[in-house]
Amino acid sequence: MTKSRTEWPLWEIFIRGQHGMSHRHVGSLHAQDADAAVRNARDVYTRRNEGVSIWVVPSASITASDPDAKGALYEPSHSKVYRHPTFFDIPDDVGHM
Amino acid sequence: MYAQMIKSEATQDDPEKLAAFQARIDAGDTIEPKDWMPEGYRKTLIRQIGQHAHSEIVGQLPEGNWITRAPTLERKTILLAKVQDEAGHGLYLYCAAETLGVSRDELTEMLLDGRMKYSSIFNYPTLTWADMGAVGWLVDGAAIMNQVPLQRTSYGPYARAMVRICKEESFHQRQGFDIMMKMANGTAAQRRMAQDALNRFWYPSLMMFGPSDQDSVHSAQSMKWRIKMNSNDELRQKFVDQTAPQAAFLGLTVPDPDLCWNEEKGGYDFSQPDWDEFFDVLRGNGPCNTERLAEQNRAWDEGKWVREGLMAHAAKKNAQPIAAE
Repeated sequence: MTKSRTEWPLWEIFIRGQHGMSHRHVGSLHAQDADAAVRNARDVYTRRNEGVSIWVVPSASITASDPDAKGALYEPSHSKVYRHPTFFDIPDDVGHM
Repeated sequence: MYAQMIKSEATQDDPEKLAAFQARIDAGDTIEPKDWMPEGYRKTLIRQIGQHAHSEIVGQLPEGNWITRAPTLERKTILLAKVQDEAGHGLYLYCAAETLGVSRDELTEMLLDGRMKYSSIFNYPTLTWADMGAVGWLVDGAAIMNQVPLQRTSYGPYARAMVRICKEESFHQRQGFDIMMKMANGTAAQRRMAQDALNRFWYPSLMMFGPSDQDSVHSAQSMKWRIKMNSNDELRQKFVDQTAPQAAFLGLTVPDPDLCWNEEKGGYDFSQPDWDEFFDVLRGNGPCNTERLAEQNRAWDEGKWVREGLMAHAAKKNAQPIAAE
């Protein structure tokens, strides 16, 4: 069998649901261009009212962080516990804050 | 199952990296596409997810067979929706496999020239409308047994595809059982069709789980990697325990004279399917192997000009603005 030279590019699909949340990555699919990717995404990822808005992005355009750099990237925030509101003890008498 | 007899690949990686990888799995970590993974893990998963995807795609054929002949418009629209879901499931899974470094076209070509398999169950014909009931009830029911635990598998994209699939699969099984209820409570002729469908699909459904794997080295490796969650026998037992009472509810007889409740083990005793038949079907000698593969090849070949034409059009459109500048 001859290998096809015309494989459709891969697109990453993001869907925004009905409840005001951000677009969320749901998966990927192949399509010849962006318009077709939106149409295919509608068929593949919104068959049960999963969304009201679709974004498609060429997979090749995504730059991802290096999984081996997890330490360097996320370690610094581990020690900064004061960034969370629960770090501060507020007396009960103060009421809701 | 939809992926049967998956051989795990030997791994020749740095023992230190292997140990760290296994520790991540044991700790319940999810492995993501860009993470380091043993070659064996990658190859076994490509084979397993690929075979699962192919099964969803080929699985459209036995049901597609009845879309034009569904008894009512409602049944027809439901069956259309179900077959469309199967296509969707295939696509979710292909995308998961592609994150492991294999292309969609490569996977398709391996299916078409027989290098990759699909589930043995889809090599059986669907002869009457009652078969649509039996397929949904038994075949999708058996698939769910395996897919629910796979939502916790170690490979992230595979687990996420399974979550989507499981949500939709429950509709499939219920629509099948709904058809069976209608037929089993219908005329004498309809009851005969329902019983006949159960007779023909019972043992092929038991075969879906694959032969007993208690002695299999491959299963042990896959379980260690958390890409196989339960033994074949365990899932088959669970399936029989769930399905036998449902058959009784329908007033149908499971075609196994030795099927009986075993109080001691808290499950049914049942007869094994004919494993020679199973291996023969895997070798390509089932009732529909030739037809199914020929149909997939025809669709691929006849769609070639469309795939290429759309791609050429997209390339032309992309080139235009640059030419105009």
